[in-house]
Amino acid sequence: MAGFLLILVAALFFPGVILRTKSIASGRKGPGIFQPLKDIAVMLRKGSVFSDTTGIIFRIAPSVALVSVIVAMLLLPFAQYKALISFEGDFIFFAYLLALGKFFMIIAALDTGSSFQGMGASREALYSMIVEPAFFVLMATFAMFTGYTSFSVIFNHFYITGNDYVFIYSVIGAYLFIQIAMIENSRLPVDDPKTHLELTMVHEVMILDHSGFDKALIHAGTYLKFAMYGSLIYNLIVPAGWNTPVKVLMFFIVQALFAVVIGITESFRARNKMNKNPKYILTLTSVALIAFMVILILTEKLI
Amino acid sequence: MTSLRYTEVMNASVPAGTEDIPVLDYSLFREELITMLGREQFHCLNYFCHRIPEGLRFMCCIADDETGTIRILCHEKKDGGTSLRSLSDSCTAMHIFEREIHERYGLGFEGHPWLKPVRYPHDRADRRNVISTYPFYEMESEVLHEVGVGPVHAGVIEPGHFRFICNGEKVLHLEIQLGYQHRGIERLFTEAGENGLRRSLLAESIAGDTATGHGLAHAQLSESLAGFIPPPSLEIERCIALEMERIGIHIGDTAALCADVAYQLGQVACEALRTLIINTTQFWCGNRFGKGLIRPGGSDYPLTEKIADEILRVLGEVERRYVNVTDCVYTLPSVLGRFEETGTVSRQQALSAGAVGMAARSCGLVRDIRASHPFQYYRQMEIKPALQTKGDVMARGRLRVMEVRESAGIIRKLVEVWKNGEKNTGRPVYDLRFMPESLAVSVTEGWRGEICHVALTDADGRLVDYRIKDPSLHNWMALALAVRNQEISDFPLCNKSFNLSYCGNDL
Repeated sequence: MAGFLLILVAALFFPGVILRTKSIASGRKGPGIFQPLKDIAVMLRKGSVFSDTTGIIFRIAPSVALVSVIVAMLLLPFAQYKALISFEGDFIFFAYLLALGKFFMIIAALDTGSSFQGMGASREALYSMIVEPAFFVLMATFAMFTGYTSFSVIFNHFYITGNDYVFIYSVIGAYLFIQIAMIENSRLPVDDPKTHLELTMVHEVMILDHSGFDKALIHAGTYLKFAMYGSLIYNLIVPAGWNTPVKVLMFFIVQALFAVVIGITESFRARNKMNKNPKYILTLTSVALIAFMVILILTEKLI
Repeated sequence: MTSLRYTEVMNASVPAGTEDIPVLDYSLFREELITMLGREQFHCLNYFCHRIPEGLRFMCCIADDETGTIRILCHEKKDGGTSLRSLSDSCTAMHIFEREIHERYGLGFEGHPWLKPVRYPHDRADRRNVISTYPFYEMESEVLHEVGVGPVHAGVIEPGHFRFICNGEKVLHLEIQLGYQHRGIERLFTEAGENGLRRSLLAESIAGDTATGHGLAHAQLSESLAGFIPPPSLEIERCIALEMERIGIHIGDTAALCADVAYQLGQVACEALRTLIINTTQFWCGNRFGKGLIRPGGSDYPLTEKIADEILRVLGEVERRYVNVTDCVYTLPSVLGRFEETGTVSRQQALSAGAVGMAARSCGLVRDIRASHPFQYYRQMEIKPALQTKGDVMARGRLRVMEVRESAGIIRKLVEVWKNGEKNTGRPVYDLRFMPESLAVSVTEGWRGEICHVALTDADGRLVDYRIKDPSLHNWMALALAVRNQEISDFPLCNKSFNLSYCGNDL
């Protein structure tokens, strides 16, 4: 339960920190930390507009997407506190919950019949598809390393395996989770959430037809997803043994640092050319594979 | 005999007498144009047609880049026929002019690839032609799909429709359909008649981002029709204004290019610099885009020592900072990955599309009116046009840096001459008397490229026809060529690297 609540709290300030970082990096005053939340509050009070060509899929998709994220959050532990839902192989459930939400957003985009949305949907489907192996290979590495297949148990045992290589895995894991989070949430360098140019958009063009309440749900889902990945990173890099107040503090520090890293990445580089994206995303899988090979050798499974 | 086939005039100087222009019959007219335009030193400034009591009169202004003259060819069509042999199959750049003539006067051109509408003028020949029936090029295939963008766009920009035929993410063909902003501005000019102030205001509104360029083209056209010779101080002020406009827009475009590839730092840095420049223009004339600054016969805002010093001060700062920023932008790997090899236009393509100005200079084609047909104080100066050869987005970005530095140098030189010279800029003259039966051509090099204004007067010295050619008219074609075989996601970037005017095309 603690993990779930902490993610909720972290999601409140996460997008604001990214925004502040970007504002400061570009020498602007920028909006306050809670501006994204205020925007959501405004949108929640508005009605939605639906095009005549759309059907039931378009209407339920944002809710399905948000719910899938919320359920996925229930699978994540916080330090030694077990998650609300925890079973053998729950990380596979986690990945496909998120994929379910994405699947509904993609078919909702196709539901509109607009050529823009179809274009965005095809891009988003491609990128989600090729980022998936990186997540699974990484999780397989952790499973091999600790000998368990559930988030709660994996993270509980991560630091008490008595293995000297834990640090390396924390770093590789944190790096990959940051990258996966940025791709899953359509940030730079794969996508640009700020652009107004439909032809260059990936995620934004897919949700172009959603408005008001539905759009608020989509944004809320994005923020929660960020904090969720932040929580995964936290579990990887902070040992479970410390006392609880320090760990809660550390949790928010990790989340804030994660947001700052995203903000800085987005300030000081340009986004990729669209046809370079698949290659870029595939490199994550290769990094994960290297980690996997090393664990195979270490646990003497390979030789 | 050749000398009798055309009349030669200089840019914005003594107009040609309408009666003195030799009238050729069409085969000779066509042959002469094809021979000339086959050579690279010639390009067409404007080709138009207007009604005379007996039929139609065709006028073609050809610029000779080597001698700096403008040749005017004329043909009168009095037989009432409905079709002529097209020029476009020999010189493709002429296609747009023939489309315009066809649209307005219903005249056919045999051998023209496709006489599509250009801008839907109110007095078009066939009123049944409306924007919703525009004949788009189509490809039938299971694997291809069409993407239509506009006329209403996501950003706050002008309306225009882009129709892509794509194979997945790759663009096979782009068709650009404009005409949403037609205001009949050429007719408004003739209707404004004697009212010089109204004409000046109209000229500044042809394309909002080129107020100085178009304003100057009109002012010097009026002056040449009236035989008014501007004093050097006025000429210098106008050139400074023109270069300020160029610097401001180029820096703004650099910011927009960075924004399109999501490079935030380059964007905000350049936006800040652009503000400094246009605020200096505002300090000078009260308008950030230089509206009200250029007037025929004189100026409401003569340059003063205070303004000149302010311009020099801002220029020094902006140039230094802009060079720093662009050094960062154009060496950043992630930016280079987007700009290089994107939206390439070859020299040959630019030549056949009739590209002018920046679009031409970025692919190695020298087209700079300041150098080839100098006007105002450029006549006393040596301008060496900046040149890039690769023709991609990177080249157009780099060209902007080169031109900003060059313009800054020009302004410094001009201010120095101005400080040492006599300052006798007078007040604007709005009731200039035009010479009767004359045709005057005025060409300026706006930031986008050459701007050509042509005016014809009747026996009483009244304006009977006023024709405008914005550089965008030809350059839109270059953009359509640039995005072929590119990714559709790179289109906004290519579009921004040209930054063409919609209303300049629509008039």
